Amino acid sequence: MSDDQLDLVFGALADRTRRAILARLAQQDTNVGDLTGLFTMSQPAVSKHLKVLEQAGLVSRTKLGTMRLSHLEAAPLKEATGWLADYRTYWSESFERLDKLLESLD
Amino acid sequence: MNTTDTLEITKDGSHAITINREFEAPIDKVFRAMTDPELIAQWMGPKYLTNTEVHNDAHHGGTWGLVQRDPDGNEYAFRGVFHGEQTPELSMRTFEWLGMPGHVSFETLRLEDLGNGRTRAHNVSVFTSTEDRDGMADSGMDTGVREGYERLDEILERL
Repeated sequence: MSDDQLDLVFGALADRTRRAILARLAQQDTNVGDLTGLFTMSQPAVSKHLKVLEQAGLVSRTKLGTMRLSHLEAAPLKEATGWLADYRTYWSESFERLDKLLESLD
Repeated sequence: MNTTDTLEITKDGSHAITINREFEAPIDKVFRAMTDPELIAQWMGPKYLTNTEVHNDAHHGGTWGLVQRDPDGNEYAFRGVFHGEQTPELSMRTFEWLGMPGHVSFETLRLEDLGNGRTRAHNVSVFTSTEDRDGMADSGMDTGVREGYERLDEILERL
């Protein structure tokens, strides 16, 4: 997972409404109308949150008959919070420091 | 060119991790920065860790070691042994984190001259098990990333 994707995932998770949406979708696929029922906000507001989650790859949409259901995508969540993400951060920061050092070396 | 965009870290098969990164510096300078212990101390690890006790005897049978300290005083020590002549084109060494002794990996670093004063570093780390490669044993390196996401544990348990 790239730094850009990690930014999207953690940005998506940094909102309690979106975390609540993920918790609900972890139980079952749900349409936007039923998700809206869980919150004291409008459906367009919930849709906006879903869009952020979709852009981060954490939620996908499926069709069941005429219903459009949101579905939790587990893999990016596991990958973003897993050991490899930490490993990647370690090296990303190390190499950025190395870039600066290389500039200063003769 | 923004070199930070060139970082690629990928799992390789069942036992390896590959790191690729390009640098805006000539190959001999990159090699020096990666082998001189005084220079290694200035860039290895994120900024919040302080590098102490760095040594790096880059020749066959030579040893290397590094201790990193975090602001709480926790220490993370690493060590290994070099195998073969260490050149920019090919450097090989063992790697062990003393927080998990005995879980040793083997690293092959190749630097490539890209021309125009640019260099690509290609590193392959090979582990003795998929579990080691995937860091499934608790690494103990709390980066603070997971703090505050208590509800995530709930979600992950159900997956």
